[in-house]
Amino acid sequence: MSGPWLTAAEAGCLVCHTCDLVVRPAGVAAEEACCPRCGTPLHLRKENSIVRTWALLIAAVILYIPANVLPVMNTTTIFGTEADTILSGVVYLWTSGGQPLALLVFFASIMVPLLKMLALTVLLVSVQRRSTWDPPQRARLYRLVEFVGRWSMLDIYVVTLMAALVQIGSLASIRPGYGAVAFGSVVVLTMFSAMSFDPRFIWDPMRAKNG
Amino acid sequence: MAEPPKSFQADDLPAAVIGSSGRRKLPLVWIIPIVAALIGGYLAVKAILEKGPTATITFVTAEGIEAGKTKILYRNVEIGQVNDVGVSEDEKRVIATVEFKKSATKFLVKDTRFWVVRPRVGAGGVSGLGTLFSGAYLGVDLGKSTEPQHAFTGLEAPPIVTADSPGRQFILHSAEGIGSLEVGSPIYFRHIEVGRIAAFVLDPDGNGVKLWVVVFSPYERYVTPNTRFWNASGVDMTVNADGLRVHTESVASIIAGGIAFEDPPDATQAAPAEADTKFDLAVDRVQAMKRPDNQVMNFVMYFDGSLRGLSPGAPIDFNGLTVGEVKQINLEYDPTTKRLLFPVSVEVYPDRLRARQRKGAPPIETPGVAGHFLDNLVAQGYRAQLRSGNILTGQLYIAFDRFPNAPKATVNRSTTPVEIPTTPGTLQELTGAVTQIAAKIEKLPLEELTTDAHQAMQTLNSTLASVDQLVKKIDGEVTPEVQTVLQDAHRTLETAGRTLQSDSPTLIDLRQAMSELTRAAEAVRVLAEMLDKQPESLIRGKKGDQP
Repeated sequence: MSGPWLTAAEAGCLVCHTCDLVVRPAGVAAEEACCPRCGTPLHLRKENSIVRTWALLIAAVILYIPANVLPVMNTTTIFGTEADTILSGVVYLWTSGGQPLALLVFFASIMVPLLKMLALTVLLVSVQRRSTWDPPQRARLYRLVEFVGRWSMLDIYVVTLMAALVQIGSLASIRPGYGAVAFGSVVVLTMFSAMSFDPRFIWDPMRAKNG
Repeated sequence: MAEPPKSFQADDLPAAVIGSSGRRKLPLVWIIPIVAALIGGYLAVKAILEKGPTATITFVTAEGIEAGKTKILYRNVEIGQVNDVGVSEDEKRVIATVEFKKSATKFLVKDTRFWVVRPRVGAGGVSGLGTLFSGAYLGVDLGKSTEPQHAFTGLEAPPIVTADSPGRQFILHSAEGIGSLEVGSPIYFRHIEVGRIAAFVLDPDGNGVKLWVVVFSPYERYVTPNTRFWNASGVDMTVNADGLRVHTESVASIIAGGIAFEDPPDATQAAPAEADTKFDLAVDRVQAMKRPDNQVMNFVMYFDGSLRGLSPGAPIDFNGLTVGEVKQINLEYDPTTKRLLFPVSVEVYPDRLRARQRKGAPPIETPGVAGHFLDNLVAQGYRAQLRSGNILTGQLYIAFDRFPNAPKATVNRSTTPVEIPTTPGTLQELTGAVTQIAAKIEKLPLEELTTDAHQAMQTLNSTLASVDQLVKKIDGEVTPEVQTVLQDAHRTLETAGRTLQSDSPTLIDLRQAMSELTRAAEAVRVLAEMLDKQPESLIRGKKGDQP
């Protein structure tokens, strides 16, 4: 690290997240500081960022299991009821010739949430250990996690669309399964988790190291 | 630590104020993972609690069975699912691992049966059509046992009797074969379908077929120990004095076959038969209604002459009663006499005789008694004889009949089975006689005879010529003399005729003389009478003349 980089915290400044007013902490306890202009609580880093991220991540990990075990889609036709999990859908696509589509679904619905959760875990652990290992890479990882999160909703869109469209009485009907709820929750929770993570923590140990 | 830029004065910035928003020690965000954990835990516990037992079912083929897809349905309610399909260690069967629902634990008992429901077209109709589209599923019949079991052998076909179709099973044995019968073929009682064939298996020795049939409730009570079963496949045609009679159970049975049963008409009322009672399956109704031939006695007979027309099944006739039948005809070489023999093995059913036996006599089928009986018959002249049963087809049958003039013979007990003496058949006798005549004719010196006859004819011819000459000679020399003799004779006769004519003087004289003689004779008679009455008149004269 080189260069006379100064963070706002080091300069003794706070920025209000709501109205962007730069504020002095001015002896007020950090937990109680509020913006003098708009009254938003002020904090140097996102409030409880690590804890919140952990909590949401853990919740996502827990729900990831039912999301993959429980069926996301119940197809009822005159020939019987069939319940499909995400993985069985992928297998079906693969065996029925739609290998590219199978890869896409596999990537979007299984790999992405898994990678997201792994990436968040790595980030959290590294931040908590005040690791100084290659912050730009970790920052890039974080940006990737934030960006890719929305694509995981692909499956949910398919299920909701199908459930809305295929309602042909007793001939055929599709209902979303509990797996879809769990899966949607996983995606949303990981998104929240990524949002609540404060990437500035990645850089904090650098200051200490340099200092 | 780097210096802040000169243009920046921290003190110029507005100071933060103390906010009123309360901040919790334990962030609310932890509720989310707790809720997630609760949901996950609930699902996990539910899954563990709902996880039923697993069992393995083996099949010959896994056709239609898909791991993770094929379901087990009981009355169309899913009670489990096939999780895995593999091949058994000996690679002869497939093993389906089935996970049952917890509520289906009671299905895993010893006599529960599983089978694959596939589309089937059989004698019993079409079944499992729905599986054409939905794929096969496993059917299950809940067992009654309480002994748990987790490894089953799947049936290859749906069972005929399930727990929800109560009936009674009986065992039939067919010595002939089963014709067009198959599993699922119907059982008829008075033309009503009352049961099904559940299974059949070839006897271990291959000499018959064993069938398991099921008669459904409430019809099983019509099966009594007396009941006779027969194969009702096809059409039964009989020709008798009443004309042609066609008998069939149903149109379906003509094509698909079936079994019918009925009590014989003379059967006494009996209690329903127990389950698994054994019955014989007759070929047709007539055979079924015959007296059962429980006991069989085997004999052998040696016939001289051709056995053409004698086939297995030909009856043995004893004074008009059919008491047995021909079983087989063999070929035997006798090394001592260097002759080929044709032993005819026969079966005799002594029961048929017993029924007509006098009361009090020991049953003839008891050992010893039967032999004695047979010895007696043979001693009386009873012999087996081949007879023609049908002139058109040349079918033969064996008659056991009495031949008082037959040469003496005894029952040969040295062979096994016992040999019954025979006598040549009527046809054989006739043939023998004709053959003898033919042989005699053959022995005649026909050619010499013809030459002799020719010579005789010539001689006869010359004889006739000489006779002719003789006649001519007689005609020429003898006849004129004969004529003169005849003329003389004629003349003599004419004279005689004239003499004897009524108006001839000779005859008139003769008549007068005769009347004179008559008068004289009368006078003499009167005199004789007078002398007889009055002898004294000779001296004193006639009495009447006295005054």
